[in-house]
Amino acid sequence: MTDRQIMTGDEIRRAIIRISHEIVEKQAGTEGLALVGIQRRGVPLAQRIAAAIEEHEGVRPPVGALDITFYRDDLSLVAQQPIVKGTDLPFDLNGATVVLIDDVLYTGRTIRCAMDALIDFGRPRAIRLAVLIDRGHRELPIRADHVGKNVPTSREEIVHVHVAEMDGTDEVAIARQAGDDTDRR
Amino acid sequence: MSAQAGAGAAQAARKDAAPTQDVAWHHRHVLDVDVLTWPEIELIMRTAEEMGGILARPIRKVPALNGRRVTTLFYEASTRTRVSFETAARNLSADVVSIATATSSVTKGESLVDTIRTLEALGAEILIMRHSVSGAPYLAAQVFSGHVLNGGDGWHAHPTQALLDLYTMRQHVPGGDLRGRKVVIVGDVLHSRVARSNIWSLTAAGADLWLCGPATLLRGLDRWAAAWEGGKVPGHGRFHVTSDVAAAIRDADVVMALRIQRERMQSGLLPSLREYAARFGINAERVSRARPEAIVMHPGPMNEGVEIAPDVAASGRSVVTEQVSNGVAIRMALLYLLAGSHDGTVPGAAR
Repeated sequence: MTDRQIMTGDEIRRAIIRISHEIVEKQAGTEGLALVGIQRRGVPLAQRIAAAIEEHEGVRPPVGALDITFYRDDLSLVAQQPIVKGTDLPFDLNGATVVLIDDVLYTGRTIRCAMDALIDFGRPRAIRLAVLIDRGHRELPIRADHVGKNVPTSREEIVHVHVAEMDGTDEVAIARQAGDDTDRR
Repeated sequence: MSAQAGAGAAQAARKDAAPTQDVAWHHRHVLDVDVLTWPEIELIMRTAEEMGGILARPIRKVPALNGRRVTTLFYEASTRTRVSFETAARNLSADVVSIATATSSVTKGESLVDTIRTLEALGAEILIMRHSVSGAPYLAAQVFSGHVLNGGDGWHAHPTQALLDLYTMRQHVPGGDLRGRKVVIVGDVLHSRVARSNIWSLTAAGADLWLCGPATLLRGLDRWAAAWEGGKVPGHGRFHVTSDVAAAIRDADVVMALRIQRERMQSGLLPSLREYAARFGINAERVSRARPEAIVMHPGPMNEGVEIAPDVAASGRSVVTEQVSNGVAIRMALLYLLAGSHDGTVPGAAR
């Protein structure tokens, strides 16, 4: 298995700053804006985008974490029950513009689950989607509003996103299929 | 690792277990707590915490078990356990079929095995069962192709009660760690499946466990305690057995009263309810000898004025209603974990 780097730490940093500007531009400000990271690596990315927005707007939008485990449509297919990582939405979703944030957009099924989960907490005015990597191969009619980098991939490849908060380093790499497909997006 | 590995291994495993460590769940059935390792019990606790989060939401329902078929088969009277299981299953979007044997073909003489085969043919995937005969769920697990969850069998085991008790204790003990905490179970331990399952989970948790009651209702438990103490049979650790209620409650962190079944009096094991209440009932005076922040528990249904005084049951120390609501979270966690564990024999696994 060989890993091929497709984003460096600097490139990730610039992509996050650009996405933070795009989010504010689309919303025409920070009023009513809330960021929700999808467990696990969406959460640190959401924190960073919030920090970037605070840097240039002076306002830090609220950040939540969403675990979609209970909303997955493949429970009877996965070998082991996924471990739940926790949902924490410390703000009122009703009327908010919620930007879902995840590391990799692949089939779109995670995002569908996330939208189902969010709607159980309230009725947001709008749900948008920001991802660091869009690797294609959608199985549902879902697209991202903000993309860090579009990466054409084959289904046999795996995209590994590493974030300093969890993995000690910032990097996106692409690898050939290994045995472990639990983290595949 | 199995529970049979004994006290040393169980303790070592829990020390090494990081709070976020991913533990695989591989049990097809939950028949008792004795086969669960400490990391597996902690996985259940963590999953139940997430389920508690769902119960705090405006919409208490997630689609995790959407379309999965859960059947409750209760050969014994029960309100809270059956309703708790059914609420848990519905909160996970499962389809629930509920069978009370008093109104079923069981009254026409259908055997347990035939009943289970019939339910399986009707599509049951997860069977929740209560039976007055100890071991009945083990027989069910042998013939049923899906998952069996024991909702209480005879005097033997009541695993979901023990797990919800542990969960409730962890919420009240500082740091959620029961190691060295004194837990006393007072009452008819001999006939109590709740006590038996709690012995496994509380010793696994490292609690300083005391069992207390009239000597006639503790028969055999001292031999169990001695066998564990001497390392003669595999087990988690040690516990104390005594009829000295004052010594048992002194400085306790948790006082759990067990229900006294009135039918025990005919068997001559108890002189009278009044005498039991006077000698062993959990009253304000006795509870005052426990630690100031001690909690009082009861698996229900309570005989107020017998094993627990009404003022204690209604006091701020009592967590009886918390036990009931925590029971839903624990049962959701077990249903969720079971539904995701399969070895190819589960109907629907191939979907």
